[in-house]
Amino acid sequence: MTAKAGARVVTITSGKGGVGKTTTTANLGIALARLGKKVVVMDADIGLRNLDIVMGLENRIVYDLVDVIEGRCQLRQAMIKHKQFPELYLIPAAQTRDKTAISPSDMVSITDKLRPEFDFIIIDCPAGIERGFRNAIAAADEVLIVTNPEVSAVRDADRIIGLLEANNKGPGKLILNRMKGDMVKKGEMLSPDDVTDILSIKLIGIVPEDENVIPASNSGVPVALNENSKAGIAFRNIARRLCGEEVPLMPVQDTSGGFLQRLSRLFGGN
Amino acid sequence: MQEQHVNIKGIKDGLLVSLSPTEEWLLITNELGTRIDGQSAFFSGARVTVDVGNRPVPKHELSTLKALLERRGMTLWAVLSDSSTTLDAAQALDLRTSTANLIPGREDTDGSEFNPEEGGTPGVMVRRTLRSGRTVHSTGHVIVYGDVNPGAEIIAAGDVIVWGKLRGNVHAGANGDESAVVCALDMTPNQLRIAGHITVSPPGKRRQPRPETATVRDNQIIVEAWQY
Ligand SMILES: Nc1ncnc2c1ncn2[C@@H]1O[C@H](COP(=O)(O)OP(=O)(O)OP(=O)(O)O)[C@@H](O)[C@H]1O
Ligand SMILES: [Mg+2]
Repeated sequence: MTAKAGARVVTITSGKGGVGKTTTTANLGIALARLGKKVVVMDADIGLRNLDIVMGLENRIVYDLVDVIEGRCQLRQAMIKHKQFPELYLIPAAQTRDKTAISPSDMVSITDKLRPEFDFIIIDCPAGIERGFRNAIAAADEVLIVTNPEVSAVRDADRIIGLLEANNKGPGKLILNRMKGDMVKKGEMLSPDDVTDILSIKLIGIVPEDENVIPASNSGVPVALNENSKAGIAFRNIARRLCGEEVPLMPVQDTSGGFLQRLSRLFGGN
Repeated sequence: MQEQHVNIKGIKDGLLVSLSPTEEWLLITNELGTRIDGQSAFFSGARVTVDVGNRPVPKHELSTLKALLERRGMTLWAVLSDSSTTLDAAQALDLRTSTANLIPGREDTDGSEFNPEEGGTPGVMVRRTLRSGRTVHSTGHVIVYGDVNPGAEIIAAGDVIVWGKLRGNVHAGANGDESAVVCALDMTPNQLRIAGHITVSPPGKRRQPRPETATVRDNQIIVEAWQY
């Protein structure tokens, strides 16, 4: 990919629905803003918008992405400033409109307008491999694939990686979300080893299952703002890795406090 | 049971389609089309020999049949018939009219003259990992330099060689060739078929990966360590 100047456009995708794309987008947005970066998070899930809810900005929406594309407002007017971070903005998806209202070239032109003023543009991709997926990856400089340690989710992630490669956007980096250390230890869940063995792409983070995530999403205060949340720490570490910092991957902890030794082998590099 | 007007079976290097010599031509070609469409993945890419018995088939009907097969990704390779009308039509369309020397390939010819040039047989080379959702069809062999992931599929009339981990579905000898082989550096396919035989990998933890080959012996698929 030819690198454009300005912001890096990072698309969060998965194939399978419900694995944590929106949660990841919101938390990376917050975590990057905490690191002092200028960030726009963009909801490309037309018709099923919810990034605004998870970010606690639902009640501030006046215009959305489709309004911008169809010329009903200026790009600036659709950008909602975060309550706590003045350099973090959300561009919401349209609630009801037709998915075909947006084309891949619209995404490229919008991100190109934003690039000069920001460090990161994070795009929340809809589930599936249709038009919405193509829109969401059109402008991407980098792609992060979210998956769960579950056979069906890994299968879909693999398929997405194949499509990314076919579109010269691959292979992307992997986020393994909702990891339960104790289940891996008992052999009931795929381990990070098992997953990377099949997908053979670089792992940029492992996010544990964390009971703080759902209430955080409901209240619009993502876990990246919670100092004690394990998932929050994992998302903040991913943000630091995105910025080029060498942060070792945390070993997966089981509930009894033990470690999975095999992980240190897997991540032996750092 | 209704009488079969169309019979399809795998022969060494393709499919043999026998068409009833008496039934209405339009009806049996329609039936043939339906049968193929019902199993298109299996038939796609096949080389077809059609046996029409003593039915006289004029050239335009034969070319309609040829087109019917081509639309489905198959090739009309040879026509077998006792009717001189049919044989003339076949020759006019440049089709073979006997199964003798139909096939270049595996077997050496009777070797009247020694030719140092190894002919080999055609195939497809895939130089990357086949990820979930990808399929490869070939009328020859398939070689993958990479892994075949769960959810990927290879269907080959010939052999399948995977220089990597084989975990998807593979069907070698898909047109009925029982001499086809499958080999991989790590053989844990989701499902493995050779000609009409089928097997799945035993469940449970994988042992140390090692190169293995799968072949058909005594009517079943045998997987064993590659001897080198
Ligand atoms: N690490 C985690 N621990 C606990 N719950 C989680 C975690 N990650 C995500 N969840 C929960 O899983 C659900 C799905 O997450 P999310 O909405 O982010 O997925 P998605 O991939 O965006 O879904 P969709 O495909 O529908 O857009 C949410 O209820 C979310 O709170
Ligand atoms: Mg979502």
